[in-house]
Amino acid sequence: MDRIPILKLGDALLVTIQVDMHDRLATALEDDLTNKIVKHGAHGVLIDISALEIVDSFIGRTLDNIAAVSRVLDAETVVVGMRPAVAITLVELGLSLAGVKTALNVERGMALIQRRHHILEHGADADSAS
Amino acid sequence: MARSPLAALAQLISEQETTILNDWLQLLTAAGSLESGRIREAELRTQCSTFLKLFRVALTDGDTDTNSAVYSGVRDNLGEISRSRATQGFSPRETASFIFSLKEPVFSALNRSGKFGAAEVAQFIRQLTLALDDLGLYTMEVYQKSREQVIIRQQREISELSTPVVKLWDGILALPLIGTLDSERTQVVMENLLQTIVDQAAEIAIIDITGVPTVDTLTAQHLLKTVAAARLMGADCIVSGIRPQIAQTMVHLGVELNVISKATLADAFAVALKRMNKAVVTVKTATLSS
Amino acid sequence: MPTAPPETLPIRTSDDVVMVRQQVRARAVQAGLGLVDQTKVVTAASELARNTLDYGGGGAVTLTLIDDGAKRGVRLVFEDHGPGIPDLQLALKDGYTTGNGLGLGLSGAKRLSNEFFVESTVGVGTRVTIARWK
Repeated sequence: MDRIPILKLGDALLVTIQVDMHDRLATALEDDLTNKIVKHGAHGVLIDISALEIVDSFIGRTLDNIAAVSRVLDAETVVVGMRPAVAITLVELGLSLAGVKTALNVERGMALIQRRHHILEHGADADSAS
Repeated sequence: MARSPLAALAQLISEQETTILNDWLQLLTAAGSLESGRIREAELRTQCSTFLKLFRVALTDGDTDTNSAVYSGVRDNLGEISRSRATQGFSPRETASFIFSLKEPVFSALNRSGKFGAAEVAQFIRQLTLALDDLGLYTMEVYQKSREQVIIRQQREISELSTPVVKLWDGILALPLIGTLDSERTQVVMENLLQTIVDQAAEIAIIDITGVPTVDTLTAQHLLKTVAAARLMGADCIVSGIRPQIAQTMVHLGVELNVISKATLADAFAVALKRMNKAVVTVKTATLSS
Repeated sequence: MPTAPPETLPIRTSDDVVMVRQQVRARAVQAGLGLVDQTKVVTAASELARNTLDYGGGGAVTLTLIDDGAKRGVRLVFEDHGPGIPDLQLALKDGYTTGNGLGLGLSGAKRLSNEFFVESTVGVGTRVTIARWK
């Protein structure tokens, strides 16, 4: 069975979702991510959905789950690369993705993760991120 | 020998086709179909000729029920003509007269032929009238629907033109909304805004509603949708231009905009700059010594 | 009057759901829907297809191209012979789910469509019809 590859990117993990996910693939991804976060002490998880033409409630739930589990393991999840048509549809669909942070692209997502980690390590006053 | 009464009529039309066509064209021209220049005589002639042939074939099968399958070719042809009339801006009268002015030429042909008795002629006239009236109504229905589509498209274009997205600074966009925000317009606004966020890699979008007359529950919902969509693209929103009356209305209606809001676009811009860790400074210019 | 014959696709496996999305996308493009409209109808179809699979015990969807003169779009009919929905009002409420879902399937599909009908009889099955046009 295919598994979605997870790459290490600095202090974070990068997942690029390109295929139509089904249950087993989603569960496998959640398992793999959980293991890798712990193994690498990752500060964050970047999920690149720029290849997804649609995001339905199943994918939404998967993203929520990943974010929730990561949070427990002290890692921030950032979803990046959402297409405009997908964003408009999600809003209409009523999918809030409240527990998930979003960013325009991997670079921005990475900056978010690093900033959060920096604040956690050194306190809010020391945040001079640019 | 004709199979059925209507088939005889169809045959007559076939025999007299050229005359009927010419008479028909003459009537249409006299009514002004060619005046506006939207359609040329050759094209009109082709349209009439094609329709007449299709109509004649349908009649040959002996039916006046224009809703039957026999007439599907006729209806398709008329549908096309109506749609093109609608998009080219012809008036309803001009469009309807295409069909209705066919009656007179066929009645004349009937009277001229001398082949049929008075009772038969009366019957033909009655049946032809029924059929052409039906088709005329169908023409109008298609025309009407097409006009609606044209109007919807034009509204969309107006929406797009009246919702520009401007870049205030690197990464900071402003969306000055003018007019009411209905659901159709919200779609256009969202599409414009999100695409610009991508193109400009914007981080902050200031939605200015100074030009929005009222903010009721529905408008607020549309605003919130727009904000939510921008957020999914990684951009934060600030709403500005909330007039005092609007603020009061919103509170009374229990409308909550859970997004940062500022009174003016200038205030919002200041907040945005700060968020991006940018500042505006006064540059000391060198003084000229005399 | 539809210009192409309706197509019926089975929904029995996860792969079928993928196929449904692809075919709905193709039909939407054929009907001339813009990108956002396409995305909406494909997403709605994905929700309903999953519902059919997860709650309806499998079923099928029929795709029809709409072209009635001025209106062009697609119509989808999802049908299953599953347990049916006992309380439609409840099922149409956001957040209501009998499984692990987010409870957005029916209500979400409704919001994403221009037309939405649902008929369901307990013990017999469910039929959901949606349509999206330009």
